[in-house]
Formats: sequence, structure tokens, C-alpha cells
Amino acid sequence: MTTWCLRALLSHWWRNPVQLFAYLAGLALATALWSGVQAINSEARASYDAAAKTLGEGQYDLLIPKQGNRIPQDVYILLRKSGWLVSPVIDARINDVRLFGIDLVTSATGLPNLAKEPSGITYDTLLANEETALKVAMLANVTVDTSIAPGIAIGDIGLVQRMLKRDDLTHLILLPNQPITQPSLSMIAPNLRVQSAHTVTNVAQLTSSFHLNLTAFGLLSFAVGLFIVNSTIGLAFEQRRGMIRTIRSLGVPMRTLISLITLEMMTLAVIGAGFGIALGYFIAAFLLPDVAATLKGLYGAQISGTLELRASWWLSGMILALIGTALALSSRIWQIIQMPLLASAKPRAWVIATGSRFRLQLIIAITLLFSTVPLALILEGLLAGFILLGCLLVGAALALPPLLGGILTVVQKYTVAPVWVWFWADTRQQLPGLSLALIALLLAVAANIGVSTMVSSFRQTFIEFLDQRLAPELFVEVETANQSAALEIFLMNRQIEVLPLLTTQVVIADLPVDLYGIRVGQTYRNNWIFLDNTLNAWDIIESGKAVVVNEQFARRADLWVGNLVQVNRDLILPIAGVVGDYGNPQGQVIITERTFKDLYPNLYASKFGVRTQDASFLRTQIVNTLGIKNNAIINQVGIKALSLEVFERTFVVTSALNVLTLGVASFAILMSLLTLADLRVPQLAPVWALGLTRRRLAWLELLRAVLLAGIVFVCAIPMGLALAWILLTIINVEAFGWQLPMYLFPLKYLELGGYALIAAFLAAMWPAVRLMRTPPSTLLRVFASER
Amino acid sequence: MHINFVIYFKIHVNLSKLVKSVGAIYIKPCKEFIMVLRLEGVKKSFRNSEELVPVLQGVSFDLEAGHTLALRGESGSGKSTLLHIAGALEAADAGRVWVSGKELSQLDDGARAQLRRTDIALVFQQFNLIPSLTVAANIAFQSALSGTPDLGHIKQIVSSLGLLEQMQKYPEALSGGQQQRVAIARAIAAKPKLMLADEPTGNLDEATAENVLDQMLKLVAQTGTALMIVTHSKNIAARMNRQLHLCNGFLV
Repeated sequence: MTTWCLRALLSHWWRNPVQLFAYLAGLALATALWSGVQAINSEARASYDAAAKTLGEGQYDLLIPKQGNRIPQDVYILLRKSGWLVSPVIDARINDVRLFGIDLVTSATGLPNLAKEPSGITYDTLLANEETALKVAMLANVTVDTSIAPGIAIGDIGLVQRMLKRDDLTHLILLPNQPITQPSLSMIAPNLRVQSAHTVTNVAQLTSSFHLNLTAFGLLSFAVGLFIVNSTIGLAFEQRRGMIRTIRSLGVPMRTLISLITLEMMTLAVIGAGFGIALGYFIAAFLLPDVAATLKGLYGAQISGTLELRASWWLSGMILALIGTALALSSRIWQIIQMPLLASAKPRAWVIATGSRFRLQLIIAITLLFSTVPLALILEGLLAGFILLGCLLVGAALALPPLLGGILTVVQKYTVAPVWVWFWADTRQQLPGLSLALIALLLAVAANIGVSTMVSSFRQTFIEFLDQRLAPELFVEVETANQSAALEIFLMNRQIEVLPLLTTQVVIADLPVDLYGIRVGQTYRNNWIFLDNTLNAWDIIESGKAVVVNEQFARRADLWVGNLVQVNRDLILPIAGVVGDYGNPQGQVIITERTFKDLYPNLYASKFGVRTQDASFLRTQIVNTLGIKNNAIINQVGIKALSLEVFERTFVVTSALNVLTLGVASFAILMSLLTLADLRVPQLAPVWALGLTRRRLAWLELLRAVLLAGIVFVCAIPMGLALAWILLTIINVEAFGWQLPMYLFPLKYLELGGYALIAAFLAAMWPAVRLMRTPPSTLLRVFASER
Repeated sequence: MHINFVIYFKIHVNLSKLVKSVGAIYIKPCKEFIMVLRLEGVKKSFRNSEELVPVLQGVSFDLEAGHTLALRGESGSGKSTLLHIAGALEAADAGRVWVSGKELSQLDDGARAQLRRTDIALVFQQFNLIPSLTVAANIAFQSALSGTPDLGHIKQIVSSLGLLEQMQKYPEALSGGQQQRVAIARAIAAKPKLMLADEPTGNLDEATAENVLDQMLKLVAQTGTALMIVTHSKNIAARMNRQLHLCNGFLV
């Protein structure tokens, strides 16, 4: 019994290869996009973990300079002589490789035991993985060690100092078990400060929101792909309704039938998901270079350029595919159990049965959509944002079919011409079969509108922000206090407005913060725009009686205009203004130059903004007169271009996923129409017999697809804008710490609508051509079979 | 011919023309007294959007092994419904139904399915062939469900019903009449104890219809199958042992 029953079930796919393809392809696409994103994320995560493990990041407290990034060697020697247990480190870049020099004798446990033999390094050998070894091979001997994170080479500190031609250090590791009696740091090394291991923001934390963004997109793509699967399972079920009835009538028990259908569909799901995982690997490999460049540009994070087959991503893809299939299958299984043994397989009965389901769907949809408003008011946090998104997407998806049905009913009511009456009625008839594909299109278009609105709003705001912050024509970075003083005198003597920038890292309100000291002048007053401020904010700030904070700090510390900030033990100032600071993960507190110098008299301005009418001439003068290196001077145009390039690259991956999602939705429509094509013949044959030509019927099919896509697009606009609002107002804020204003781009939406209509037209073309070429004998056979 | 000893309980109480069954001990060795199908006071209603429509209002009859019965009535009189109840496809709202001595209301889905697999064969009005299986697979399907199909028997049926050249085709390639013959072949191939056929010759020309009926009656004669046919044809009805008319939910 089992063999024959299984044979009957599987024979359906043999005879309907398009349906089988739709099922496998739907699963493959859903799994591919999810797996691809997860492959990228897990590769990045593995690189971060390897880097943290290699370098002991977040494990030890560090001694770092209060200003700049160099510690003289004799400071280290003095600390050691005074009883401080510290280990010196150089951390610099050469040939795009992060060169890490450690002291083989004093290095803390947890770092690679570099003295081990035979595969360890010696005092004249670097340790790196295979990919990195190629980049530094010409500079020193290299031993390949696959456990070393990508983009990192480790060696003895002496070797690294020789390679970098410097004798100073970057930071000192504070080893555990310090002696109880040791002179205080402020006495021995007043220019150093302790950076606690807990306050180190490691790369994984920095990049978490970026990867979350990718994951969210992968999940959306997965959901869209699952709609194809659900649609195919539904269509297969409808087409096999007669077969199921026959099999049951001939004596197959329900339990056996359910078990075999489940086994059949899950086995096919494994095959489809397998294809998807393979496809996901290629998608990830294709996108990985852009992601790597983005992460490096944005966060300085280095990830491996090669993709490994890690169980974490392919297994998650497989499990998710099986769970998704099981969910899609469960409702059909339930229908089979509920279905009377002799239920009709005719389409009209299908519509009637679907009608009551539509009503229930509408009730659930309205409940979900209306609940978004109170949820937005009550809930907080990133989870709240995702719950809102979920309610919006699921609610809109459920509302679409009954909404379409309602629209078509109303239109039909006011139509007089018989062909068009039939057209609207027939379109309603097709809704159960097409609804899932149309939902997929709705989600894809809405996601496109939402994400493109977010990205475009971000771009517009970012460009305006760059114009504010990049007001100075030149930016100069100096290495020493003497250079700093000399530059300032040089510029002031020429009556050139100079904007010195003093900076150090501190902890304020329990948050690691960049503290800046600025010289308030016309440039700041004219160009910086506050998100919120007191009256005469700049005057108060210039007098040293208030601070400016960036939005990230304000949100994380929940300190806003009027609130007090404890800048240090002795200085508490109110906030006079909050500024936007897009793309910066760190909090900032800004005080006047004078106040900064009072707090940190040993620190000097290491960066300068310079206002000038002739940037290139001034650059030449600075280089020739003061001996400042040419590459230490950047002009505004260059920074702006670099910033925009990083920005655009950041969203390349998002744009790619956007397009892929729309493609998946179009594929869903094509598959639905193709699989419905066979069911359509008995419905179209009578109409053809009554006088409508096959050509006209084919054009009506195309028109139907375009009209439905048009209605879906119109519904997608408010949904997409709501999505954009949630992304900008809640998710972005929670993930990044800053809020973007929302701009609308009607022309972009119209363009997207055009793509959606073209996609629907193209998807409907193949079934329409097939219909046009259907021989009359096929249509006539419908009547011969009727009783 | 084989002898079955059936022990069942029956007490006849003669009250005018109604027979009430209570219980009795009776041993009967002859096959014509083997009750394959029994209906007692079967009622069935269907609900349309406005009201409950009674279709069967207390139908009772017996069908013994090796006997044939024609069920006639106007369109919509409930003939197909009665057939479906007898075939354990639908449950009656009231009354009792026995097939092969088993009361259907006492059986779960698995037991009913087994009954349909081994004891009952149905020939549906809409054929109900499996569209993705070939004619050969369709014919062998029911007998294969309950064990190994008797290939010699199948071959003989296929030959006698003129289906030899259609064996590797799919149902969509056949005419209505050919599909009907396939459905009949499937039922006959299963060698059931009870065959229920709903308009089995409706799509057939006279000669073919006669041939098909001959095959079915041959099965009855050879294996003692009980046969109930729903038909509009007086000729076919005349060839059955008995005729029952269904009118307004009652047998007349």
C-alpha cells in the first residue's frame, strides 16, 4: 500500500515538472538569500573572533596615551623599573596588513605562544595566515599559521619596530596580578591612562548593527521565497485534491496518506534547500568583497576574503527551510484532514471555501495592522521595532487577498459589458491561486520602497551633514606639540581662520566617549545645525558654561538639552546643544578649547581645520615651511568623496538584496501563473467556445497580471512608507543611536512601480503565449470529458 | 463455490410490512444468504444555505453475495448519496449500515479504509482516475493497495474491455468512454465482495455497455461479488436480480 500510494503522489511531480521546479526553485531561492547573508555574517564573525582571540582584545586592561597613538620606549622601561607589570605592543599597518608586535618575554597568556617549536616563530619571523602571508612575505620571513585572523601578522616587537622604522610603542598591556605596592600611574607616566577591558568596543560590537541589517534583509528574502513555496504547495494540493479523494476512496487511511505526503514534501524540501545552500555560497562569495570593503571603510574591521563552509550558516539555512516548509505544509495537511472524503475539486468550490478563509484573514490582518499604533507607543527597543515590522508585514500580507477580492467585486458590480464582467469575475476566481505570489510582490515592492526611502533619506541627510562638518577647506594632522604650535602661529600670522581640534577618550556617564575641545567661531556658528538647542547656544558654549553632545551620546546616556553632564570629577556642565553625527558609532562631548586645556594641560591640538580660498597653495606652503608631511594634509573635497564612497559601498549589498527580492517575487508570479495554466483550460474553454479568440484571451491574461500588479503596487506605497518610518524612527535609532529625517521620493516610487508592472507583464507573458498557442483540440477535449 | 458458515443473531418480528431485527441464532451454510450489504433505517440530510434538505428518509435493504441490484430514481433523488454511504465514503445521519458483517458506525477511519481496500470497489460517476498514473497503473492500483495484483486477471479484464492499446497512456489522453472502462476495470481487478457502480455505462455506446455489464456480471458469477448499480437504463436494470426505486428519500 505504501509503495503504491507514494508512487501515485510522486507521479504528480513527474507529470507536472513546472510545479516541481517552482517548489524546488522557491525553496532554493528562499534558502539561498538567507544562507548567503548568514555565510557573510558568520565569516565576519569568525574573523572578529579570531582577531579578538589572536590579539586578546577585551581581555586585559591597557595603558594608552591620553593623546596620539605612541608611547616612548623609555616610558615603558620606567614603568617596568617601578614595578608595573606591563607588556609592550606595537599595533600598526603596513601593506594593508595589521602588524602586531609583541614582546616574546613579557606577553600575556592568551596570546599565541610564539616561542613554541617547531611551528612557532622566532625573533626574526612573522606569524600570519596564508592569505596575509603573501602580503608581507617580501618584508620578512613568514610562518603560516591558519589560526591567525585574516589581515593580521604577529611578530616580535623588535622585528616589527625595525620593519616600521620606529622605536616607540602603541600601547602597553596591563598584566594581571599587579603588585600591591607600586607608584601611581600619574606619577610615573602622567601622559598615559588606563583603558579598562570592559570599555573596549570591539569590532564585533561595532559591526553588530551592520550584520543585523543584513540578517533582516536575508529574513525578508527568505519570507518572500517561502511565499513561493506556500503557493506551490497550495497549488499542488488543489491539483491533487481529486487524486487525494480517489486514493482515500480506494482505501488508503488518512494517517498513511498524511505521513506519506509529509515525507514526500519534506524530502523535496531537503533537495530544494540543498540547492539553495549551494546558491547561497555563490551569492555570498559574490557579495563578500563589497561587504569586506564596507566593513573596513566603516569600522576598520578586517574579514577574510575567502568563504568557508561553516555549519552555522548552512545548517541554519537547512533548518529554516524545513521549518518554513513544515509551516506551509501544516495548513494544507489540516485542510486534507478536514476535507470531506468526497469534496469537490472544482474551482468554484475552491473559491467558496477560500471565501470564509479570506474573512478570517481580514479580521486577523485588521487586528495586526491596528495594533501597530498602540505597540509603537508602548514598546521600546530594537525588539519593539521588529515586532512592529512583523505586524505590519504580516498584517498587510493577510489583508491583501480580501482587499483585492473586495476591489474586484466592486468593479465588477459597476461593469456592464459582458466580456469585462466575465474578466472581473474570472480574476476573482484566480485570486486564491495567485494571492501568495501577489503577497510576495507586495512585500518585495514595499521593502524596496521602505529601504530605498531610508537609504535615500540617509544619503540626503548625510550629504547635508558632510557639507556642515567639512566646511574647512583643509584638514591637517600633526605629530608633535611643536608642530601643532608652529602651524597655529603660521596660520594666524596669515590671518587664516584655524580650527584646532583637541581630543582624548574618556568615560562620561559610564560610556566611552570622545571628548573634543574646539575653538568656537563663525565656521561652527554658520555651519553646524543642532537637532535641539537652548537659546544662544553657541554663546553659552563659547563662554565655557555648556557642552555640545552628539545624538549617539544623548540617546545612550539619555541626557538631552538642559541636562547636566559630568565632564570629569570637578566639572559639571549643562548640555546646550545636540548635534547629528551620522555614521559615527561613538558618543561625543564637545567643550571649548580653553576648558579642554584646563582639564588636560599636557595635551595639544593634533588636528586642525583650515579655512582658505586657495587650498592647494596653502598646502604647498605648509609642507615646505613647516615640514608637515603632504599625506597629513587632506582637502575637503577628498574627504567628502571618500565619505560618500564608503556610504555608497555600505548600501551596495542592501541594493543587491533589494533587487534579488524583487526578482524572487516576479519569479513567484511566473510560477503561479504557469502552474495555474493547466487549471485554466476548463475555465477558458467555454469562453473561447462562446467567441473570444485565444489571442484576445491571452491579452486579457497579460492585462490581468499587470492590473493586479498595479493594485498591489498602490497598496505597497503606504506600507513601504510605514516600513521606512519604522526603520528610520525605531530600528535605526536603536541600532545606530541616531535618527534620520524621512524624505519622500515620488519619482523613485513611480520608477519602482514601473519595474513591478514590467516584471508582472514579463512573468505573465509565457503563460499567455502558451494559451495563445493552445490547439483547439485541447480546448474541445474539455467538452468531451464533461458529462 | 465455497461454503461459509455464518453465525448471526436474528429475530424476525412481523409487524405489517416492516421487519425489525433484534437477535437470533442462525447457522446458514449457503452463500446466497451471506449478507454483504445491509442498510437499516438510513437517513441523510444536506444543508444548503437556507435549510436542511432530507435526501434519504429511512432506507432499508439487504444485498447478498452473488446478487445484483439496480438502484433507480430521478435526478437528485439521493442515489449517489446512498451509494456513498454503502461504500463507507460518507456517514449516515441515522440508521445502521453493515458491510461484510461489520457495522460501519463502529469502525474508525483506518478500519473503514481497509474495508474499502479489500471488500468494496467503487465505480464513480466522474471516473476518479489518478491523472498522473498510466492506465495500467490505474487499473492495478486498488488491488495493489491490498496486496499483490493478480496480473493474469488484470490482463484478462483489460483485454475483454478493449483497453490493451491504452495501457501506457494517461487518462487525459482518453475519451470519456475509455476512462469509464478504465474505472470499471480497476474495480473488477480488485475482486471485491461488494461492487458499487454509479452510472457505469453512461458514457458508453450500447454494444460496449453490454460488454461492460457482461464483465461485471461474470465477476458476480465467478467470485460471488454483490453488485449494486445506479442506472437510468431500463435495459441494465432489467438484467439485475432486483430493482429498487428511490423516491423522495424512500425506497418504493
